[in-house]
Amino acid sequence: MAEPRANPWPCALRLAFLALLGLLFLMPYIWMISASLKPLDEIFRASLNLLPETGGTLRNYARVFENVPVLTYLWNGVVVCAGILFFQLLFAVPAGYALAKLHFPGRDWLFGLVMLGLLVPYHVPALPLYVGFSWLGLLNTYTALITPSIISVFAIFLFRQFFKALPDELIHAARIDGMNELSIVWRVILPNALPAATAFAIFSVVAHWNDLFWPLIVVTGAERATPALGVLTFRSEEAGDDFGALMAASVIMTAPLVLAFLFAQRRFVEGIATTGLKG
Amino acid sequence: MAGIVISGVRKRFGDVQVLRDVSLSVAPGEFVALVGPSGCGKTTLMRIVAGIERHDAGSLDIGGRQVGGLRAADRDVAMVFQSYALYPHLTVAENIAVPLTMRRLSSWQRLPLLGRFWPGARATRAGIAADAAAAADSLGLGAMLGRRPAQLSGGQRQRVALARAIVRSPKAFLMDEPLSNLDAALRVQTRREIVDIHRRVGATTLYVTHDQSEALTMADRVAVMQAGQILQVDTPERIYADPADLRVATFIGSPRINTLPAEIRADGMVMVAGLAMGLRAEGAAGEATLALRPEDLRPDPAGTLPVVTEHLEFLGECTLLHARHAGLGTALTLRLPPGATAAQGPFRLGFSAPRALVFGADGRRRAVRVLEAAHV
Amino acid sequence: MSEAVARARPTFVPRGEGWAGWMLCLPAVLSYLLLLLLPTLAAVLLAFTDYELGAPGLAWIGLGNFQELLDDRGFRISLRNTLIYVGIVAPVSIAGALALALLIEAATRGRALFRAVFFLPMVSLPVAMATAWQYLLHPTIGPLNAALAQLGIAGPAWLTSSDTVLLSLAFIGIWEAIGFNLVLFLAGLTAIPRELHQAAEVDGVKSAWERFRLVTWPLLGPTTLFVVTITMIRSVRVFDSVAVLTQGGPNRASEVLLYTMYTEGFTFFRLGYSAAITLVFLIIVLGLMLLQTRVLDKRVHYG
Repeated sequence: MAEPRANPWPCALRLAFLALLGLLFLMPYIWMISASLKPLDEIFRASLNLLPETGGTLRNYARVFENVPVLTYLWNGVVVCAGILFFQLLFAVPAGYALAKLHFPGRDWLFGLVMLGLLVPYHVPALPLYVGFSWLGLLNTYTALITPSIISVFAIFLFRQFFKALPDELIHAARIDGMNELSIVWRVILPNALPAATAFAIFSVVAHWNDLFWPLIVVTGAERATPALGVLTFRSEEAGDDFGALMAASVIMTAPLVLAFLFAQRRFVEGIATTGLKG
Repeated sequence: MAGIVISGVRKRFGDVQVLRDVSLSVAPGEFVALVGPSGCGKTTLMRIVAGIERHDAGSLDIGGRQVGGLRAADRDVAMVFQSYALYPHLTVAENIAVPLTMRRLSSWQRLPLLGRFWPGARATRAGIAADAAAAADSLGLGAMLGRRPAQLSGGQRQRVALARAIVRSPKAFLMDEPLSNLDAALRVQTRREIVDIHRRVGATTLYVTHDQSEALTMADRVAVMQAGQILQVDTPERIYADPADLRVATFIGSPRINTLPAEIRADGMVMVAGLAMGLRAEGAAGEATLALRPEDLRPDPAGTLPVVTEHLEFLGECTLLHARHAGLGTALTLRLPPGATAAQGPFRLGFSAPRALVFGADGRRRAVRVLEAAHV
Repeated sequence: MSEAVARARPTFVPRGEGWAGWMLCLPAVLSYLLLLLLPTLAAVLLAFTDYELGAPGLAWIGLGNFQELLDDRGFRISLRNTLIYVGIVAPVSIAGALALALLIEAATRGRALFRAVFFLPMVSLPVAMATAWQYLLHPTIGPLNAALAQLGIAGPAWLTSSDTVLLSLAFIGIWEAIGFNLVLFLAGLTAIPRELHQAAEVDGVKSAWERFRLVTWPLLGPTTLFVVTITMIRSVRVFDSVAVLTQGGPNRASEVLLYTMYTEGFTFFRLGYSAAITLVFLIIVLGLMLLQTRVLDKRVHYG
């Protein structure tokens, strides 16, 4: 706060305390990277040296790439996240606009459904969905991974709140200019929805890249495994106690989102905070 | 009763020098309005006096005590914020009581739950509640003690903020644009209420506003501030009729004062567009500005200012005539009686010479003598 | 409020607006019905049947599954573990995040850096981080026990001993949750008008504690309530770390609700029974939300 004569001591103490705590927080990352660079015998000696004695080795990484279809996992992750996000936006933006700005019979009733949907965790419909996909013979497919998430009531809710704040004049002006509802969505609403869409995109990608529950249910084997599932399979099937390779695999699978976060830190934090607070 | 003495205060935010060597003193019991355009540093100066902002250089004295190194809580001033800054979770009574609670109760007695049973807490709390209720009553808030700020109108919130300030007897009142969030009618009414409170309590008051009519109507003295400097401190009458600086003259008064490019000849004669204005200025010759209030101009066939009418503006209590100087093209505004009409086309203007203001090229006021020969 | 106004407006409906509204909502409505509403209702109905995957038919058994849940020691342990887990993770990660937020907000230096550091677990693949934790907490080769050994302490087998496994998982849970809560608290703190803090100063508040009590805590009320609810809901959903690290073991010491539901449903294919567990899970989540909107919400909004 703005106190005259700021005392330098609390300031230094604050920095020191936060730095120490931050370092403790980063421990899993630090040791993960450290172990991924150590040869196996050094890991098993349980030394407290962070830096590998032999100057480090990339052998763990090589082993991961030899034994694990890393690129398949990453590619699957990209396809699944992109597919989900695409449909979520495709369905939620028009619906959010209609619920916010159009008057039509049944609108309040539909919005009630949206609010109801917000209450249900995605674990609840999982069992019947699994039965359905299994019955259709769609297990182990992108369809099974993507479809259950293409409807996001949260996205509809978020966009509806966001569009409600846009002035009605904007839409009236577009109508007077002769646009129909679809081109209003496409040419007026969508460009204005960009901040909300970015925030939601970050939220959605983080959630689905990291999700384990649903992929674990509908996917077996490596072909359609997402990064989360890939690490789990590698851990339980092949690596066992090969911590070096295991850590290397973890580093590889964690890196894409963490790097994206480090590059666009503000956007991430704001995106998660705004979507978090509204949800 | 105590006064405020500000001397040589400077403040810089990054590269911007917000206050450059500001000095101002408010006598005990006096009401001084600090007026200036937004961004001139007036609010920063007030926040420095309050202790919310720290100054880079200079000294501050409130009630004969150096307060520059003290924090806000120790300066014993009360402040009314532009946004009122009421605590949204506290009732009107609790809001008004906060300054007393913080000062009369010890930190033990303020403890949640336990504090109520601390020795002496009960009696002190009763006293605080009584004082808060009295302050609320004096502002007509007696019926609203139990309400929260969100349940009040803008004017009522404003009065709660005032009550929170007067509930104790601080060494000084600081008010930062307290009326700017009210609608026009309420603003005029509250203006009078604040003046009444000041008269009743008699506390030293520093009042920041960008609205010159507030400053002129409320204050004992007005300090005009621009670009981090105080240009003039004087009574409202003198600020209006006798400005020391061209910037003061143009800032104060509505419609804006008319300014004409002029020249001071070597013999001191003030010339506009080659015509003598019947005024003799003291000091060096050179470029100058002749400034005339709209109400000091009038149509006069023998006048020295040839103009062309542009249009009339009927305002109810008066009519404004907008014209242009025929030679210079400078816009001029006249305040005329409500029924006035004006001839179309070119005519001449005269002005009241004793009230004419002449400023040198540096913007400082020049003393003038009115020549007998000229039209008056 | 805005709802009421919208409804009260004389219904001037431009021609085609009703049609356009439904058309724009149609994809969302269809997928909502097909992928959310129908399966959820099916899950609820399933909870009252004895359906098993691959079984020729199913029978309505009423409350039979719930009767079995009550008698099932494994489920009772699972429910108890989940509550303990939430009981540790929620208070610690909330109080910790609040303290951190106040500390980070107290001065400008390092603000963005620390926020990023504590937020990092939010964007890290939980499965991968769980493996990192497994290494860190490994009884023989893990750095934590190696460090404890240097101090002369024999560290426990964190994730493989039934005494410590739930605590270890809760610790990981706190580590994951704190960054999210921190970001929410920071957003809440910046939303408090600065003038209120300044008014408190002028009113005679001298200590940071008094300022916290008079201004920060009451004004943070809505944020805190939200953080409390969402943290509890998120920690009731604990699944990844259990699935990766312990599979509910040893000896069910880390069995939690969703993991039990998963094993009953997808390992033993007892879908009816699993659906009953899902229903219990849903009721807990709904109860928490109800607590937020009906009970506590009125106490933190000063309207």
